[in-house]
Order: sequence, then structure tokens, then C-alpha cells
Amino acid sequence: MPIHEKSLIRPENIKSHEHKVVDGIDVSGHWSTFIESRVVTDYNEELQDEIAALPGGENIHRCWQCGSCTNACTVNAINPDFNPRFWIYLIRMGMESELLRDKDIIWQCVSCNKCTYACPRDVAPEGVMKATAHWLELKGHTKPSPSTAFDEVFSHQVIETGKIEEGRVIRGFFARTAQPLNQPWLVEMVKRMVRHLPIGLLTRMGLSALVAPRTSDWSRARDAIKEYVAEQEAHHRAALSLDAPRAAAE
Amino acid sequence: MNAPDNKLKKVAYYPGCALEGTGHAYNRSTKALGSALGLELEEVKNWNCCGAMEVKNIDPKIQTYLSSRVLNIAANEMKHDVVMAPCNGCYHNLKKAEYDLAHDQGSRDVVAKLSGKAGHQTYEPGKIETIHALDWIKRAVGEEGLKQRVAKSLSGLKVANYYGCMYTRPRHIFPEKDQGAGSESTSKPHFMDDLLAAAGAENVDFALKTACCGGAHTLSDSDTSTKLVVNIIRAAEAAGADVIATECPTCHSGLEMHQIRAEKNFGVKTKAKVVYFTQLLGLALGLSARKVGLHENVSDSLGFLKARGLG
Repeated sequence: MPIHEKSLIRPENIKSHEHKVVDGIDVSGHWSTFIESRVVTDYNEELQDEIAALPGGENIHRCWQCGSCTNACTVNAINPDFNPRFWIYLIRMGMESELLRDKDIIWQCVSCNKCTYACPRDVAPEGVMKATAHWLELKGHTKPSPSTAFDEVFSHQVIETGKIEEGRVIRGFFARTAQPLNQPWLVEMVKRMVRHLPIGLLTRMGLSALVAPRTSDWSRARDAIKEYVAEQEAHHRAALSLDAPRAAAE
Repeated sequence: MNAPDNKLKKVAYYPGCALEGTGHAYNRSTKALGSALGLELEEVKNWNCCGAMEVKNIDPKIQTYLSSRVLNIAANEMKHDVVMAPCNGCYHNLKKAEYDLAHDQGSRDVVAKLSGKAGHQTYEPGKIETIHALDWIKRAVGEEGLKQRVAKSLSGLKVANYYGCMYTRPRHIFPEKDQGAGSESTSKPHFMDDLLAAAGAENVDFALKTACCGGAHTLSDSDTSTKLVVNIIRAAEAAGADVIATECPTCHSGLEMHQIRAEKNFGVKTKAKVVYFTQLLGLALGLSARKVGLHENVSDSLGFLKARGLG
């Protein structure tokens, strides 16, 4: 069955003329609508393998394009250009330049897992979205997204101390993405948060902001995880034929 | 309806990071509810973060390791059969670790390697059962048990039950769900509805029970999260709800935060109060507002609930 949620014809390639005569025949208006022909020559035959080499992308080859993922997608419902089925198609076809047209929105997957729930082929499209966003950054097609900045700030804290303290994560993320902390909604939220709070709890929250909570006896786990992360990063770069390591996360 | 499960009288308790921060009201009300119902919680000793929504994006197997360390302490060091996690994220990650360790050799290898280097026993799948706070109350007490203990009925309280994403998706990590009568449904979950109805609440017909609040991008793509949250709150209000009951600290604080953000940044005002289901059940058992931490919520429901004789 054809899938109608996305046209492969770009709007700018549809040409029509108000007044057009071809070989003496008047084809003005509707009759003169043509699709500008194009030939795709820049296939990246490795694209599917590269995505499959990154965590989450492993099952992309199973996709049979039913479209259940896009139909179920939370983000597609608010932005029709966010289309997991279409991106999986492009990746499997090796149409890298087409994929790159959407490079700035792929990171917006909210990981709600509705696609993975709906998928009849266990592609795990949520994982494919993460692998694709990761691929775009590793290849230098996009700068690290705000989501990546958040993941890195958060994971750094978990790996270093075993736990997170939310205030610390929020401050770290806002600093990393150069956003001011005094946003009206955030100020209002903090005001409402402390409105009824007893002094005891406020003190406790203040203390945990100063002294981060941590898991004790964590250093061996921390070192083992760091070593594993470095190994994996090297694997991923090798799979994508990249050499120099990316600048280390703060 | 099943008889109360005595195995759940005392379980290991994994609060997780959020319950020590923005979700503190959920922590407080879960403990208060447990003790009011005669259920004992023993906190997992020296626990670590489960990996939340973020660590898997660095590498999914680190998340599996982090969760397995928690399972190992609860199962092997504390000798528990059941670990209860009230946070959807924690619950989901422990379940996912359990599934991956049972089905994927690669995950087993990484967990064995990291556990060895970290100097603790490797968690073997099947050693402990992970349950959510909803399973805990439903199975340890049940609707009948709750009904008998209700001191202040929630009658007249119109509630939309919001479960979010991680409690039911993806299906394969929750093999006990969708198993017919008495089991939880992944498409239309009802455990929270059942418990609140037993306490007298009027559950409204709410279509967005398992919609996404955008929690994973609550700060990194805030406009998307605000849109998603406004959809959820408006749908709850359109269904006639005064209160949205939650069972996840990330959903709960997401709703609270983006309700304010929608008002401040987009001039969109909504009225629904956001309350943890454990707070509502605690109030129904006659606990005070302070005891269930209503004053710790950003969404102010104190006056509204007091006017109805609750708290």
C-alpha cells in the first residue's frame, strides 16, 4: 500500500506556468505542471551500516516501511517534517544528502517509545533516531544538539559520583548552552516551589546543592565506566572511518 | 480481584535521584502511605542512579550496568525478592536491565566486565522482581483492602489519571502486562484508576493517559515539551478533571513546570492541579496534607483539597 504521509517530490521542483504553449498546444495553468527531473548520483552505500554500528541503530535493516512509527510519533504530531519512516528509508537507500536536509530536527525525538511500541519488525525506531542524531554529530554535519549537551552534563555527573543532583544538572546545562538562569518561568517556578516549604526541607535542598549527593565506594565503578566509554567511542569512530577523537566532553 | 500478596509486606525500596530532589513529595507520600497501610520499605543501600533517560544516549549498556548494580544490592546483598521503584524512569530501567540481561549476551558480557572491575557481584537475571508503586499498593493491599481503610472518601473529586511513557513502553520489557484479567494494560493502563476509584474518586474518561510530556527534552527543547504538556492538561480539563494524578516524578514536575512556562511564555493558562496518586490515597486514608507533602508540590492544590475536606 502506498504511504501518503510524505511526498518525495520537493515543492520547489514542481513547475507550472500561467501561460505556456508547447508545440502550438496551449498548456497554460494546470496542464503545464511538471516535475523537474533529477538524478541521484551521490549515494552513500555505507550509510545503513554506519547507523547500524552506533547504539540503537542495530535493527534498521529490518524495516519494511509500514509507517507505523511515523503514525505513532509524538513529535510528528506537532511537526509533520519529523518523519522516522522517511529517514529510515533514506538511510537504507543511502540517500545521505536527502537525509541532511532534515539534520537540524532529528535530535528532537523525545524517546516516548511509541514507535518502538508500534513497530511490527522490532526495528526500535527510537534507537535509530538516537543513532542518527549521534551520527550527524560524529560526522560533523551538525553541532552537538541541546539534547546532547544535556545528556553529557547529566551522564558526566552520574559517572563521576554515582548520582545526580537536579539543581547541579540544571545549572550545568544552562551554563553549557549559554542560557541565563533568570528566565521568568523558572523564577516563577522556584517561587512557587518554596512558597509552602518548611525551613528544614529548604536547608536540606540548599545543602545538597552545595555538597553533591554521591554513592560511596564508587571510584572503581567510575573508572570502569570511563574506560568502557572511551573504548566504545573509539569503536564508533572507527566504524564511521573517523580518526581524531572528538573534543572531550566537559 | 486477587487476595493481598503477603510477599509485598516488606520490599526493597529504590527511590532514585528525582525523589531526593524535585520529586521529594512523591518520596514522602509513598513512605507515609506505606506505613499507614502497614507495609514496610527497606531502602536499597548505597544505591546509584539507574541511568535515567540520558545515560543510554551515551551508551545503552552503561545504563544496563548502572541498573544491574542496584538490582544486585537489593537481591544479593539485602536478600530481597522484590524491589519497588515509584519513579517510572527507574522502574523502566530496572525492567529493561532485567530483560536485556536475560536476552542479550552482549549486555551480559559488559555487565560482568564492569561489575568485576567495580568489585561487586554480577547481577544474574531472575534474582529479583521489579515492581512499580502502583503494583505494590494494588497487589499488597488491593481495592477491597483500600476501601476498608478509607477515612475520607475522595468522592466528588474528578481525576484524570496520567501514566506517561515509561510505565508501559516498550511492551517487551513488561512481560507481566497484557496478560488478561487482573493484569495491567500497556495500551490503556488502569491500576491508578482502580486504586483511586476504590478511594472514592471519580475518574474522568481521559484519552491521553500514556501521551508523552516531553520529559526527556524538558530543558533541551522546552517549546516542544510545553506544547505536549498543554495538550495533556487541556485534554484532562476538557474531560472534566480538576486534578491530574501522576505516578512519575519526571511527568509530575514536567506538568508543573510547563504549566507555568505556558502561562509565562505563551499566555496560555490552565487550571488543573497536579497531584501524586500516593498523595491522594494518603489523604483518603486520613493523613494530613503535610504528611503527604502537598506543600512541596509546585502546583498548589492545598486550598482546593482542603475545601473538600481532604488534608
